[in-house]
Amino acid sequence: MLPLHTRAVISGALSRQLLKVLDLAEALRGDVPHEQVAVHLDDGIDVDTGVLRDLRFAAVMRPGATDRRPDDVLPVICGLSNTDVVNPGDVIRVRQDSGQLSVLYRRGANANSLFLTVQCNSRCLMCSQPPRDEDDLWRVRELLDLIPLIDRDLPQLGFTGGEPTLLGPLLPELIRSCKAALPWTGLHILTNGRNFADPAVADSVHDAAGFATWAIPLYADVPSRHDHVVQAAGAFDATVNGIYNLAERGHAIEIRFVVHAQTLPRMQHFAEFIWRNMPFVSHVAFMGLEPMGFAKVNRDLLWVDPVDYGPALAEAAWHLQDRGITTSIYNVPLCVLPKAAWPLARQSISDWKNVYDPACEGCSMRPRCCGFFASHGPAWRSRGIRAFRFDEAAE
Amino acid sequence: MPFRFTRIPGVDGKVLVTSEVGEFEFLDETDFRGFAAGTLSPATDAYADLQGKHFLVEGDPSTTLRMVAAKYRTRKSFLKGGPALHVFVVTLRCDHSCRYCQVSRQTADQARFDMSVETAAAAIDLMFQTPSPSLTVEFQGGEPLLAFARIQQIVEAIEERNRVEGRAITFSMTSTLHQADGEVLEFLRRHDFQLSTSLDGPETLHDANRPRPGRESHRRTLEGIGRVREALGERSLTALTTLTRESLKHPEAIVDEYVRLGFPSIFLRPLSPFGFAAKAAQRIGYGMEEFLPFYERALAYILELNRKGVAIQEAYTGFLLSHILTPFPTGYVDLRSPTGAGLGARVYNYDGDVYASDEGRMLAEMGDHSLRLGTVHDSHADLMNSEGMQLLLATGVAEALPGCSDCAFLPYCGADPVFNLAREGDPVGHRPTNAHCVKHTGLFRILFRYLAEADPHVVRTFTSWVTQRPVRRLPDAEAA
Repeated sequence: MLPLHTRAVISGALSRQLLKVLDLAEALRGDVPHEQVAVHLDDGIDVDTGVLRDLRFAAVMRPGATDRRPDDVLPVICGLSNTDVVNPGDVIRVRQDSGQLSVLYRRGANANSLFLTVQCNSRCLMCSQPPRDEDDLWRVRELLDLIPLIDRDLPQLGFTGGEPTLLGPLLPELIRSCKAALPWTGLHILTNGRNFADPAVADSVHDAAGFATWAIPLYADVPSRHDHVVQAAGAFDATVNGIYNLAERGHAIEIRFVVHAQTLPRMQHFAEFIWRNMPFVSHVAFMGLEPMGFAKVNRDLLWVDPVDYGPALAEAAWHLQDRGITTSIYNVPLCVLPKAAWPLARQSISDWKNVYDPACEGCSMRPRCCGFFASHGPAWRSRGIRAFRFDEAAE
Repeated sequence: MPFRFTRIPGVDGKVLVTSEVGEFEFLDETDFRGFAAGTLSPATDAYADLQGKHFLVEGDPSTTLRMVAAKYRTRKSFLKGGPALHVFVVTLRCDHSCRYCQVSRQTADQARFDMSVETAAAAIDLMFQTPSPSLTVEFQGGEPLLAFARIQQIVEAIEERNRVEGRAITFSMTSTLHQADGEVLEFLRRHDFQLSTSLDGPETLHDANRPRPGRESHRRTLEGIGRVREALGERSLTALTTLTRESLKHPEAIVDEYVRLGFPSIFLRPLSPFGFAAKAAQRIGYGMEEFLPFYERALAYILELNRKGVAIQEAYTGFLLSHILTPFPTGYVDLRSPTGAGLGARVYNYDGDVYASDEGRMLAEMGDHSLRLGTVHDSHADLMNSEGMQLLLATGVAEALPGCSDCAFLPYCGADPVFNLAREGDPVGHRPTNAHCVKHTGLFRILFRYLAEADPHVVRTFTSWVTQRPVRRLPDAEAA
């Protein structure tokens, strides 16, 4: 699991915080304006930085070098505490003052998401990213700079938060920015959908139709239970209206259902509810709990050993898959799922989620298994965890 | 919210409630009484189940109503676009003399019972006046292949016209297939025809039901099936079984014949009260109370075969289950409300008359012209405003018919004024003695009994029928 931050020695005054790191050959290809590029030079390479300065590059990066060379005439980023963190293709933020270097976009990662805001209008019992009520519009300004530096061949880019619709007109602006800079990249936007109950808000994101998938959580077929899970009265009605408003405007919708003790009692009914009321959705994702944030605090309210809900989960997921709605199970290791559910189980989408238990040693299913969240601990350990022998898995 | 209810024979202690948009729930007697009286406790599972299916609503109902409205629009979306099924009766000639024939067939050499070039051209024009983005062109007879040249002309004219129109067009034909060979097959393949043929079961039964000079109908049909499958592929052909009194004794043998011939589907169709069938009713006919036990036995046998891994479905059950288990309508026009006659389908007869349905023209052959909408020289608007359509609209909405309006099976059923006219001389019909009603309430009771029992294998089989996907097999360890 590669960290997103490290420290660096910065010599010379950087003209900008956000830089695209490219090796020399790619930098010279000119796909990215030189003023925004830090040229990544491996230790052995000897390049006259004067030439690079004349070509208007922003900086050079020598990850392993301890300091600038005497003849360097461009700002130099070197002395990385962890040289693995940054690689060519990445977009980094460099804090001139502290030397902190953060990767905002990582080329080749299996999931890249933009974090839009820490604010949210729901307070889900199991929220892994507890919201804060603070002014963080600087994030959007930074993202607007970042988006043009993302690789144009990226297949999918996530928007996460926080609740992105709280950004008002800045959300459509971010979408338009992506559409202009990354016309071939599909957006996957997490939202609780509540604000789309207002048709004007649904109208405002028209640029996303055919370009983005809205990933919207729904936790029950009845309002009271959903509202309890998200700790917001009226949320169910607002989300349902939001989903309908988006669907009527031609948007693609994914429904997300997190399985825990508060959602489990209605899970089967929820599946039939989606089929009857929202058969137009493009994807339904059932997800195991991510033991972070509020989920840790509410552990006793939420915990069900996945091995106990596995058969019910298989049933609910197949109820939708059998009816032609693409359905996936995330974040539940294969050993705690009945084999019937295996065809629907996906490896986790994010690099930071895939870790494994000591018991996984020697498991023949590991290459296909989602493993655990990095934050997984003993309190969240299923009694069903075990390694599969080769012959078992081959059945 | 409004609901309807009934008790299903064989499902003890439970009441079936259904909603206007086809959701259903089995309730315990106690919960049912509480629900009806408005005293059901919100703490019960039944309360949440009913709320999730929109039988009951708390507080502001607007969101629930929005979902209900969406479901209603979806279920009735077959109304959009007007008639999509256009039947061309290219000839009345036929070489068979089936006892139950719905059509007043003519012997094979009477060319004056063929559709003329001019009539065909006018009918094509009329078809394109309907706004439906997808059109099914079905050729019927008689034996339509006896007028193959006319079929060619119509298909080519439609394809020419469609270069401008851009509709999604499917060609289909009901045929004995006896004349399907060489050039005919090549033509059908090139235009991607969907074919339907009559196969009444094993040889003896089939040949007794479907006599022709020199007999051999079964053998010739099988040969036709073989030729069609080879030329057009397995999926291009379905078969349906017309059931005579004799057929009712042999449900297993009929199903076995379809399995033996590799059909994934069988359509068990009771006799229609039209044409020769009406005249011959004494000899070959039967009441629905005789059909239902046959159907029940056949369905049980089909489910048993599926349990053993033989994938065969009953097509009509598939339509009924789609109405029950999905939010969508089917393309099947004969069980809809408002009726499919004239609204979903239209028939262009060989002589240029236009009817609301195939049965409508058979009724005319019996002397009742009330469902003749006009001729191919009228406009689409004329036909839709005709007296025949007025009659169908006044009597073809089950929600407004006595005996239907409060029936628990209403959301899954349909109105059939044409059938009622033929049987009872009245398009509304008298429900307690109405064969359409006896048949369908009987079928729905059988199916809801299965749904209440919820045997996992039956549920998976039914699901596969409505989704047209293979039955999902469980891993061996969990199959038990």
